[in-house]
Amino acid sequence: MSDVTLHHGAEHAAEPHAHAHHHPFLQHHFEDLGQQHEASTLGMWMFLATEILFFGGFFLAYTVYRNMYPEAWAAGAHHQNWMVGTINTIVLIGSSLSMALAVYGAQTAKRKFTTLMLVLTLLLGGVFLGVKAYEYSIHIEEGLFPGSHFTYVHHADPSLTRGIELFMVFYFGMTGMHALHMVIGFGLLLYFIRRAWRGDFGEEYYSPIEIMGLYWHFVDIVWIFLFPLLYLIHGGA
Amino acid sequence: MAQSHHTTDHSDHVGHAPAHHEASLTAYFVVFFALMVFTVLTVAASRVNLGVWNTPLALAIAVTKAVMVILWFMHVIHSPRMTWIVIISSFLWLGVMFVLIFSDYLTRAFNIF
Repeated sequence: MSDVTLHHGAEHAAEPHAHAHHHPFLQHHFEDLGQQHEASTLGMWMFLATEILFFGGFFLAYTVYRNMYPEAWAAGAHHQNWMVGTINTIVLIGSSLSMALAVYGAQTAKRKFTTLMLVLTLLLGGVFLGVKAYEYSIHIEEGLFPGSHFTYVHHADPSLTRGIELFMVFYFGMTGMHALHMVIGFGLLLYFIRRAWRGDFGEEYYSPIEIMGLYWHFVDIVWIFLFPLLYLIHGGA
Repeated sequence: MAQSHHTTDHSDHVGHAPAHHEASLTAYFVVFFALMVFTVLTVAASRVNLGVWNTPLALAIAVTKAVMVILWFMHVIHSPRMTWIVIISSFLWLGVMFVLIFSDYLTRAFNIF
């Protein structure tokens, strides 16, 4: 990195007042928008590294307990509606596509297209969370919410009931944490819809939308793993 | 690094714009289509009893999907090497956490209830 900085330093030395008319969104501590873009993207990936380890802890504990109670895990996953889960997976991947298209729109300075794609991302995310809420309401009605409200009995094999409760702890914990990330994403989307509509982004400056995209795609990746692990465990395995 | 991709500066061009490769729309739609195919595939595979291979297959499909999202939707394929280092090391740490914990828990019998 240091040689890059030196290179730009030399370039600007011949032009001491270059910063006087810089891009309105160029922070004063960066040489230029390219350096700012690289720094902010790298920073976002550093944050995502902590997120990978955070969700990794969930997947780790999930695997340890699944190994202890494989039959209960299979019964718990079998109880999920895999068709609803499939539809939601398609909806969420669709929202990732619209998010990627929004970044493309920002890069090519298509103001209306970018705004439209961000709104579409928000709508698809909303559908996903609506479906999730519908699933939660069914689980709660069936007495599958862990703790003192857990009244579910697995009639086929009552000995699995407590293991299923443990599975539901992971189900609600992991999907709940995933849903919380989506709610935070909604806040970010609303903010960026306003900025995109205002025309803040273009060929030179689109880093915030790019980073918003990184966040949204990360949340999508978490779901890509949650879906098979919570809905599609085969009873034979 | 990314700066090296730059073309010549225009006279009214202040500083450098971020290096971006014209992300091709075709790539996005191809990746989306592939993700849909893999989603159907993972659901279909879960309806068949493959014994112990159901979970490894589901995870292999999930990893493939995740890599596609990371490389193309998250533009890592065009990202500087520094970004690759951060991403690869974060998965490396995840691997360390998994391997060490599993070497303990998955090799002995625990039972809570």
